[in-house]
Amino acid sequence: MNPAPPNPPAVRADQIHAGYAAADVLRGISLNVEPGQVFAIVGPNGSGKSTLLRVLAGAMRRRGGTVEICGRPLESYDRRALAKVVATVAQENQVAFRFTVLEIVLMGRAPHLGAFRFEGRADLEIAREALAHFDLLEFAHRHVEELSGGERKRVFLARALAQQPRVVMLDEPTAFLDLRHVAGIFARFRELAAERAMAVIATMHDLNAAAAYADRLMLLKDGVAVATGTPLDVLTEENLRRVYELEVYVGRNPSTGTLAILPAGRPPERA
Amino acid sequence: MIQSGGAPQISRVGAGFDDLAGAHLTRGRMLAIVSALAALTAAAALIATAFGSVHISLERALFDPASPDHVIFVAARLPRVMMGIAVGAVLASVGAALQALVRNPLAEGGILGISGGSAFGAILALVFASRIGAGQSVVPIFAFAAALLSTLAVYRIAQVDGQLEPFTLLLVGVIFNAFWGAAIMLVNSVVNLYYAHTILFWLMGSLEAPTWREVAVVSGLGAAGFAVLMSKARDLNLLSLGDETAAELGVEINALRRNIFIATSLMIGAAVSVSGIISFVGLIVPHVLRLAFGSDHRLLLPASLLGGAAFMVLADLAARVVIAPAEIPVGAITALCGGPFFIYMLRRQERGPFAL
Repeated sequence: MNPAPPNPPAVRADQIHAGYAAADVLRGISLNVEPGQVFAIVGPNGSGKSTLLRVLAGAMRRRGGTVEICGRPLESYDRRALAKVVATVAQENQVAFRFTVLEIVLMGRAPHLGAFRFEGRADLEIAREALAHFDLLEFAHRHVEELSGGERKRVFLARALAQQPRVVMLDEPTAFLDLRHVAGIFARFRELAAERAMAVIATMHDLNAAAAYADRLMLLKDGVAVATGTPLDVLTEENLRRVYELEVYVGRNPSTGTLAILPAGRPPERA
Repeated sequence: MIQSGGAPQISRVGAGFDDLAGAHLTRGRMLAIVSALAALTAAAALIATAFGSVHISLERALFDPASPDHVIFVAARLPRVMMGIAVGAVLASVGAALQALVRNPLAEGGILGISGGSAFGAILALVFASRIGAGQSVVPIFAFAAALLSTLAVYRIAQVDGQLEPFTLLLVGVIFNAFWGAAIMLVNSVVNLYYAHTILFWLMGSLEAPTWREVAVVSGLGAAGFAVLMSKARDLNLLSLGDETAAELGVEINALRRNIFIATSLMIGAAVSVSGIISFVGLIVPHVLRLAFGSDHRLLLPASLLGGAAFMVLADLAARVVIAPAEIPVGAITALCGGPFFIYMLRRQERGPFAL
């Protein structure tokens, strides 16, 4: 194999196949995410979005194809080495015992510390910066279970940031969150991606958010990529009609100029 | 490495961390709490050595080797208190580790039926190994093997679709407890009277009349197991976030589980082989300490070690003096405290996954 080029893609996948038991969930997915890019994976329920994310994060075995993270095969990383490069935030997050917000965020430093080392000044600075990015500084002392859903989500996002990864993988990061949080969280990740040359890969249900915040996206249906590219190329009325089996109107948000996607046509008559 | 251009707060970072003080565990805080608990344990041990069913003079005990006070002190009180320290330390730190492993504050060696399995193994060794001339030294080995089998069985059976449901886990524990209790009674009914007394002692849990050799075995195995637990303290913290998230933070889940299973089984086997089934210590002590000092296992494990030692020594003091000159088995005392405590915790847990 040739030596990795000087700026390898953050994540590169080629012909991924994966599934559960007898079911093939992903069939030949290939993608390329550059450092600094926000990459959205969209598609209907059951199209394989979360499975794709889990395969890319190394949380699930694939049946075929290759995955490279920062120019190296996924398999060449041990768990801890991978955790220094890739941070993942699941859709739902649990905390079994009472931990403070700061303690959870500092857990993001674990891959960088050994079994015994206490968090040092540098780690605290990183944690504080991560807290500040998600407006959590005033919550540092609070216990996680006392927070609202949106606040708790931000704690886990801050934890991922404290890992100082090259790639962040987010599974439905704004599920169950209100409009303001959705906008705030995606805008923050766009800034961070650009600032740190960090790649962000997120599964999303909200096509409007994907259109507004993703540099590139992949539209999945039944484990196959129907289209990959810029929002303008991918989120066309024709593609969406094919994937969601629904008449869709694609226009422009008059104030931002980004794509605005709405169901079109009459809803079915009620009996 | 801090990236520039972040939030404005970053410029103040050099000034110190006053705003974050007390929100996480520092080395200083850990040393202070561990020292305080060590002092508490030492005080409890001192009180327990000074008092008992017979009054002795500490002065004569220490400086007059010919006095009966000295004999009581060295041959009875001191090993018993040392044994209380070792057994309490083992039970409480194992409780804290098992709770982290199954992500449930209601887990504990006694409640999960692991101690019961271990006691059954010890009894089998006692009754049958001596017949083939293996002697008493195989008792802790059988207790360890049976504890390990019990742990694995409870863990496997309680898993439904890869998830550990809290109430399934408790139910499996209850069933194992009943099963091992019945198995022990079965053995009890077919052996002679000499063994029957020992078996009863194992069922009740008691620190009665330990030898120095037994103290050494429990302390040594307990210390070895605890060293393993401590080396995994940070991983146990990460496990609170769920298996998958912990793995994504660098934890080798299967290796961690294996290490904790083996270390806790070794510790429970050692404790049970000398003191029988003493329940609830591993439940009460970590719970109280977690409320007081937080859930970070780098502190919770050593704090439970010391707190468990102090608790056990005092419980055993009560066992010795309440109806002196007769004795209550210390397992009865911990169960009398622990039963209501368990129900209180169960009620609280019903209210929500986060309530502790």
